[in-house]
Amino acid sequence: MFKFPIEGKNVTPDIFAEKSAKEIADLEVWEGNRKRSLGELFDIKNDSSASEEFTIKIEGDVSKVRNIGFRMSMGQIIVDGDAGMHLGEEMSGGAITVSGNAGSWAGSQMKGGTIEIKGNAGNYIGAAYRGSTKGMNGGKVIIHGNAGHEVGCFMRKGLIKILGNVGIFAGVHMNNGTIFVQGTSQGRAGAQMTNGKIILAGYSEDVMPTFTVDDIKAKVKVNGEKIEGPFYRFIGDLADKGKGKLFVSKPKNPYLSSYEKYLE
Amino acid sequence: MTELIVKNGFVYDPLNRINGEKMDISIRDGKIVESVKDKANVVDASGMVVMPGGVDIHSHIAGGEVDTARLLRPEDHVKDVEVKTALTRSGVGYSIPSTFTTGYRYSRMGYTTVMNPSMAPLHARHTHEELSDTPMIDKATYPLLGDWWFSLEHIRDGLIEENAAHIAWMLKATRGYAIKIVNPGGLEAWGFGRNVHSIDDPVPNFGITPREIIRGLCKVNTLLNLPHTIHLHTNNLGQPGNYVTALESMKCVEDLAREDRPVIHITHIQFCAFKGADWGSLSSGAEEISNYVNNHSHVTLDMGQVVFSDTTTMTADGPFQYGLYQLTGNKWVNHDVETETSGGIVPFRYKRSSAVHATQWSIALEIALLIEDPWKILMTTDHPNGGPFTSYPKVMVWLISKGAREKVLSKINKRARKKSLLPSIDRELSLYELAVVTRAGQAKALGLKQKGHLGVGADADIAIYNINPECADPAKKFVAARKAFKNAAYTIKSGQIVVKDGEIVKPIFGKTYWVDVKTSMPHDVNDDIKKKFREYWTVEYENYPIREGFLHSPAPVAVKAGV
Repeated sequence: MFKFPIEGKNVTPDIFAEKSAKEIADLEVWEGNRKRSLGELFDIKNDSSASEEFTIKIEGDVSKVRNIGFRMSMGQIIVDGDAGMHLGEEMSGGAITVSGNAGSWAGSQMKGGTIEIKGNAGNYIGAAYRGSTKGMNGGKVIIHGNAGHEVGCFMRKGLIKILGNVGIFAGVHMNNGTIFVQGTSQGRAGAQMTNGKIILAGYSEDVMPTFTVDDIKAKVKVNGEKIEGPFYRFIGDLADKGKGKLFVSKPKNPYLSSYEKYLE
Repeated sequence: MTELIVKNGFVYDPLNRINGEKMDISIRDGKIVESVKDKANVVDASGMVVMPGGVDIHSHIAGGEVDTARLLRPEDHVKDVEVKTALTRSGVGYSIPSTFTTGYRYSRMGYTTVMNPSMAPLHARHTHEELSDTPMIDKATYPLLGDWWFSLEHIRDGLIEENAAHIAWMLKATRGYAIKIVNPGGLEAWGFGRNVHSIDDPVPNFGITPREIIRGLCKVNTLLNLPHTIHLHTNNLGQPGNYVTALESMKCVEDLAREDRPVIHITHIQFCAFKGADWGSLSSGAEEISNYVNNHSHVTLDMGQVVFSDTTTMTADGPFQYGLYQLTGNKWVNHDVETETSGGIVPFRYKRSSAVHATQWSIALEIALLIEDPWKILMTTDHPNGGPFTSYPKVMVWLISKGAREKVLSKINKRARKKSLLPSIDRELSLYELAVVTRAGQAKALGLKQKGHLGVGADADIAIYNINPECADPAKKFVAARKAFKNAAYTIKSGQIVVKDGEIVKPIFGKTYWVDVKTSMPHDVNDDIKKKFREYWTVEYENYPIREGFLHSPAPVAVKAGV
């Protein structure tokens, strides 16, 4: 378990490919405010077993290692354990799989590729940089466990799929793309969205008052897959002249039946 | 201190009428002198252009708006990071750099004096703290006095001499350099959610008009013998059709002109030179503005050039900034600063593909090239409103090279290109004229007698650029010229070599100028003013004025008023 945060921007297939184990060991990382080499912190072994794609397998507790997969465009990273914050930030291709949990900001500003997290993840999944309005612009993030708040903040394209629960403000400022939540939502999903699709297949603590009910749909398509409803379909966020679509499960949210009178 | 001699460069010193002559410049104890002994350190400027250090009359580098903008835009920081080195501190920011980075970046381009153009008196303390933390350059700041309650009351009551005494006190209290006026009357109206729409539109609760404010402060400026004129950001800034307001603002003080000397400076004229009824019909008012300025000598202007980039707008014009928010939907900040002024910040991206932005890009260049006398139109981008000051090298080559302008023209919105006057303008500023608009003219307009020139007695602030006018015409080799302006071969500040080949080699701090006005009328603060402070300000009067010791390196400019 590392004592200080590790800046792991060099841990990507793009940078490792064509390098020997020694060259990889010499790559620079930051441990807190000290420059170190990757070899001082990790054992690096070349695994000559055949693999179709260039693969980096990381074992051990890397929950304090940030930016694994930063800007990667190809290959695979397999984290056998927990990964730190900013996983796959700005990636444009390739795949990252994490057997445990990931920190906040996973998939931040990504443009392509896939991130799959078997455990839970933090806040700001697939989000824009703080202050920026340009969020995730492609690619896929799949989280088997729960995620935190502001998932998909300023998202522009791509898919975020959360099989567990989310916190508040899923899809805040969304400009396009798709967010699917199988579990519960703590509320305020789609706040300030201008376009895109959010599907809440579980219980949601509220629906923003600036969303208007539009229809009841029997099914909704997520990334080519048909999800069984029925869902209330809302349009919003009207406070931002938004044309986003928010699908909320009808059976899991009986309190929303009060909206049905507006559907006549 | 040491002696230094800059040998053999092509010297451009318009205030002393030197136009590319090969000559030596001698320096001792931070000043330019007649000659130095043979033992002096030599800077070999052979084959290079030597100019006075750059002077910037209007650049937002410190104060309430600047700092709030820094807080607003972490994404502006992350994209532009300067790592700490053995000599320089770390810093961040593309359109609003942090203070140390600001100083270093100006110095690397050969700039040595920068004026912060907008300071709410209430924020003066903080503004000076930031300026004290801005290395490499000499600086000053202008307090906002055009909506200042005491001033508005004096103008309303016709008390010009009392106002003059009061303003002299305010300049000392805020350690300011000049009278800044922004959207006169409009900022006061903004406190009530309103604005003024012409120079004859009465200001709520005071019953005076912007015309009276401009004239009143112009008279005060003359009575006080201030080194700079009033510095005006006009009403209706950024509104289609506002070139009319700019003309009216210049006309309204025509009769106050004295002996062909300027009595008013209109800042970032590009934003005030819009013709047309709406954004769809926006066109350039450059011809009308240039025509007027060509025929009058009581006005100076600065450009406010637009650069195509992601920048940040910040002005004291609260209502205008709110309008920008409504236009863009961007995140925004807006202030009403107690009884003093207002302010607002909105990030803004200028795009080549936008007909409006491309027209704006063209307007400032048209004005700069149509005005015959370069002493009347100074180069700025109203940093960061039109673009970051780090784009000055780009703007400089647009002024000296038609080829450089055509390169940009070929990529801008077609409608704007068709309307632009630039294809029909062949004029290219000479290096001499460039020295005027980026240093000599700026220093002259500011009344900074020891800046902007290389004559004996001047401050030894010198920029040496790797451009050889005998080998290459910078108008043709404009890419190389731009690189030369970006990374000065040498920057000399107060007689010390501080930059070499675009790198800081000696970190230093400059001075902060302020005007110390002596009036014969006493201007001690009376009980009435103290009472008003208690009733209307959140700060007690005793804490308001800034002690001279508070400034890192104060440099008072002694002025004897005519009152």
